[in-house]
Amino acid sequence: MNKNLPRRLGKDRAATLVVFLLAIIPMVPLFLILLQLVMKGATSLNLQFLTSLPRPPGETGGGVLNAIAGSVILVTLASVMAVPTGILAGIYLAEYRDKILPHAIRVAADLLQGTPSIVIGILAYAWVVRPMHHFSALAGSGALAIIMLPVIVRTTEEVLVLVPKDLREAALALGVPRWRMILKVVLPTGMVGVTTGVLLSMARVAGETAPLLFTAFGNPFLSWKPTEPIDAMPLVIFNYATSPYPHWWRQAWSASLLLIAMVVLLNIAARLMARKIGGR
Amino acid sequence: MEEILKTRGLKAYYGEQEILRGIDMTIPRNRVTAIMGPSGCGKTTLIRCFNRMHEATPGARIEGKIWLEGKDLMSMNPIQVRRMVGMVFQKPNPFPTMSIYENVLAGYRLNGIKLKRQEEQRIVEEALKKAGLWDEVKDSLRRRGTFLSGGQQQRLCIARALAVNPRLLLMDEPTSALDPKATRRVEELIGHLKETVTVVVVTHNVAQAGRVADYTAFLYWGELIEFGPTSRLFTTPQDPRTEEYLTGKFG
Repeated sequence: MNKNLPRRLGKDRAATLVVFLLAIIPMVPLFLILLQLVMKGATSLNLQFLTSLPRPPGETGGGVLNAIAGSVILVTLASVMAVPTGILAGIYLAEYRDKILPHAIRVAADLLQGTPSIVIGILAYAWVVRPMHHFSALAGSGALAIIMLPVIVRTTEEVLVLVPKDLREAALALGVPRWRMILKVVLPTGMVGVTTGVLLSMARVAGETAPLLFTAFGNPFLSWKPTEPIDAMPLVIFNYATSPYPHWWRQAWSASLLLIAMVVLLNIAARLMARKIGGR
Repeated sequence: MEEILKTRGLKAYYGEQEILRGIDMTIPRNRVTAIMGPSGCGKTTLIRCFNRMHEATPGARIEGKIWLEGKDLMSMNPIQVRRMVGMVFQKPNPFPTMSIYENVLAGYRLNGIKLKRQEEQRIVEEALKKAGLWDEVKDSLRRRGTFLSGGQQQRLCIARALAVNPRLLLMDEPTSALDPKATRRVEELIGHLKETVTVVVVTHNVAQAGRVADYTAFLYWGELIEFGPTSRLFTTPQDPRTEEYLTGKFG
């Protein structure tokens, strides 16, 4: 056995090296993307870019304030629609696991999660834009809400199922009715995880372009009204990148860098929340 | 001997599986009653019938009669029953989102019962003193209960159960997750508790039943084999199976 030991340690080192190199590979594209974005986008990313509205083609300067505000409004409206609904549905799935309806809902949520976002955009167009006869923030955020919903439902369910049975029984044995047990013990215990799921779903839809193309549509002016068309970061990137103006191309890079930064921030927030769970 | 709880023909099922096969038993008031027996004999199921927790499991049901202080327990609302019959579990289970203070008050707060601050403080101090934990935690009531050691957590759970003044306190192998020192503290505590509350403690540990219980029941395969004062049951068991269990031949 001792004779084999150096050979086995050598194999161990070789295997560790291979696994390490393979683990590096997925990092390479991410690194290249970030490098490219910083190189092309950082030059135009200044205070004016963040705080002013777009200028007409041909003029330099101008910014994407309309799109920043629009994205914030769209994601906020979508969250208002999807978060309460998703959390309640998640509670239902977690608490009534063995019936047929929850099973069906679980499958439906998974299917919805796999539905291409452009399809959801088309539905929002047919259901909201057509009846209202114009594009609107409402239609856009509705589409985003449908994309957020299954993510929130499933993470809420997964987190709540992990709440130990001991705690449920502790509450029930104190004469606490089941609905109070769910609201006051199960949900608070899993709250950090639920919040993480919500933040991740927000990060996901903040970068969605396809469902906004023919719902929110875009708007070069600052708009706060849910019934009006509204701009969004991904829409600006799409419109500027496909435009014929070099100045807009540079701004598309800057907008991309900004959008990535927003999404990364949401992800970091979610990570920090998730770490709090582990700390318990 | 004054009785607090009585069962007649008590049967308990998980689905089609019969766990308790007709138990006739009387629990004396202000005494410690131990229920002992080998694993899987139905000890835990029996006390989970006493606070109707057995039915909280899907597919589980109870047949037969149980009276608590002369009232038909099976016709009462389970929520009402559980406010009169407290329970301490095998594994300490303080609520992780709550402080020590809030854990003791959980029986009130989770039920939406609002108390004056002074009243709260009185209940917390009294319950923690009864559970023998006050001196150790009185300066850290705002810390989370999960920061305590296992033995302290279990005594916190006992305080939480005592805070709502139950008539009967059920303990399901309360020391099986604790080290010997913490076990001794909980056992001493059980001895003091009977002044104010009736205690039923499930144990698979014969020596523990001998140390803490005034009365002992021996349960085997869902049947009550023998029940009586601990000293009598331990010295002159009537049933050969009790004797075999006590002498360590099985279990």
